[in-house]
Amino acid sequence: MTTAARKAALPAGLTRAQLLELYYWMRLTRSLEEKLVALYRQTKVVGGLFRSLGQEADAVGSAFALDRTKGDILSPLIRNLGSMLVQGATPIEVLRQYMAKADSPTRGRELNIHFNDLARGYLGQISHLGDMVTVMCGVALSFKIRKEPRVGLVYIGDGAMSTGAFHEGINFAAVQRLPLVIVAENNGYAYSTPIHKQTAVKFLVEKAAGYGVAGDQADGNDVLAVYEVTKRAVDRARSGGGVTLVELITYRRKGHAEHDNQGYVPKEEIEAWEARDPIDRYLRQLETSGWASRADLSAIDARVTSEIDAAVAQCENEPFPAPATALDGVLASAPAADLEWYRSL
Amino acid sequence: MTQVTYLEAIRDGLREEMERDDRVFMMGEDIGNYGGAFKVTEGFQARFGAERVIDTPISEVAIVGAAAGAAHMGLRPVCEMQFIDFLSCAYSILTNYVATARYRADLKTPMVVRGPCGGYVRGGPFHSQNPEAAYLHTPGLKIVAPATARDAKGLIKAAIRDDDPVLYFEHKFLYRRIKEDLPDGEDIVTPIGEARLAREGAHLTVVTYSAMVFKALEAAEVLAKEGISLEVLDLRTLLPFDEDAIVASVKKTNRALIVHEDTRTGGIAGEITARINERCFEWLDAPVRRVCAHDVPLPYAPTLEDFVLPQTDDIVKAARWMVAY
Ligand SMILES: Cc1ncc(C[n+]2csc(CCOP(=O)(O)OP(=O)(O)O)c2C)c(N)n1
Ligand SMILES: [Mg+2]
Repeated sequence: MTTAARKAALPAGLTRAQLLELYYWMRLTRSLEEKLVALYRQTKVVGGLFRSLGQEADAVGSAFALDRTKGDILSPLIRNLGSMLVQGATPIEVLRQYMAKADSPTRGRELNIHFNDLARGYLGQISHLGDMVTVMCGVALSFKIRKEPRVGLVYIGDGAMSTGAFHEGINFAAVQRLPLVIVAENNGYAYSTPIHKQTAVKFLVEKAAGYGVAGDQADGNDVLAVYEVTKRAVDRARSGGGVTLVELITYRRKGHAEHDNQGYVPKEEIEAWEARDPIDRYLRQLETSGWASRADLSAIDARVTSEIDAAVAQCENEPFPAPATALDGVLASAPAADLEWYRSL
Repeated sequence: MTQVTYLEAIRDGLREEMERDDRVFMMGEDIGNYGGAFKVTEGFQARFGAERVIDTPISEVAIVGAAAGAAHMGLRPVCEMQFIDFLSCAYSILTNYVATARYRADLKTPMVVRGPCGGYVRGGPFHSQNPEAAYLHTPGLKIVAPATARDAKGLIKAAIRDDDPVLYFEHKFLYRRIKEDLPDGEDIVTPIGEARLAREGAHLTVVTYSAMVFKALEAAEVLAKEGISLEVLDLRTLLPFDEDAIVASVKKTNRALIVHEDTRTGGIAGEITARINERCFEWLDAPVRRVCAHDVPLPYAPTLEDFVLPQTDDIVKAARWMVAY
């Protein structure tokens, strides 16, 4: 009785188990990326590596607001690893993608988190920024045409919002009143370009008015605030209220990719955002509100470590894809692409 | 003489033109303070100011469209695509507006769109493309694709001075791998439309360009030991390409192998083959053949990428087949 009285009421309509789950997903995201950095330094990651350090709450909290039992689908960007994990992508799939393994979800064809599983609820991006907004319009359109109570969610960066595809996509979704949530991640930069060189509005959410859609905004480093703001938008979409543009204010604490030393960013700026680290902050919140004990949290940390270690151990020595597998699957009905004549000489 | 990389040669060419002609200015993503994703324009914003080296939003259509407008007004814009793969975002404005401007409206549109192309770098399907064929079919554009540092410099300068829109495809695999001694103080300008004889030979002409020039030259070394003598023609300009140089070489060697990194179907090799048939049919001792990438999107895994793209050994085997024909 006395301990219960000391506890703050559970927030955002979430259960204690869900609160711990949010922590788990954020921790898993960060630790998996840290493991990828180690593998990258050992040249085991074949291509580039992108981090979401400091943005884990944004990806995790927003994805958590979708309903996985109803078949909601999201489309992530490179900094939304957390959202894919929430939807059911596994660490080993991510590792295999980065390491270009034969058994990666794309059989070594695509890189990093460019992969999808519509059944689990995520549609992988292509590199061309903005395009996925239009594709997610079609996903949401299918929900509408079939009268399914499902919702789509698509992420867009402060930089990617400058593309024509973004504009066409959000306008299309608005006019069609599609069940779509567009999460605009304001993390301060697009590669080296600060947001004021990207757009003349102060906040990305101001653009909602111009498209005639609902707009909402939250502190992207507060996982509960992210969850709540996205949940409102998801509920609106599901109940026929159309599109919401949700702006999450966050910060990219690493360079664009691992090769980028962020020389264009003042050190104090990064430090200021370090102090607002979403995971540290949530940990404090969980403990001071009495929603979780140290033991609960340590158990999650241990689980994350062992899951990642097991995944790395399993896939590290897996082979690359067999070369000739490159030729199949370009079209549904046609045979594999021709083997070029010079390879038969 | 100063030793410069392919990348430095592009940078030097750009800088010299910026110094020479104050109508020249640049637009692109992260090209200013950051100096571009590959650092081609490093130091330019400090040197020339933010009005001549403009960091743009991520808006390829606007970059190309704004360049066209500025070019009509007498400026000489140079646009950078962060990767040439993103040029497809501006396909409509480039092919519909820019390419037709002179013909349909007598509008001058002297502008350059440049950016890194090419594979062999584990970049996956969207950071490795060779999109020349998509633009080859567009009257009103010029396309150049240098292989050497000298031509990297000479062609960027020629492209900027050209009175028509020029696409300049720089191969990212070559950026830091190619190093050459270039003379100081020489105004190197490579004429657009002229091929370069990269190696003289007698038995077979390899018509190629960009990074494949080096694979062809490697193959030529291997084959020389077997007594097979390859002539390697580096096209340098893809539109309009130097048909006369191809014809002259093929009439000498009587065999033509066209090598490109782009996929086969609809690739530039098909067009070159047709021209050779039109002008050299009676001279040919073997069918014209192609060594091109397999017809699939370029995959990420090293094993897959290496399989899909043409390799030196492929050229060696194809050349042997042709000489034995
Ligand atoms: C159409 C297009 N142009 C350029 C690029 C190259 N590019 C990749 S990521 C990026 C910056 C993206 O910034 P933002 O949208 O803010 O996302 P963030 O990296 O901050 O998460 C750029 C310019 C691209 N992928 N697509
Ligand atoms: Mg950003």
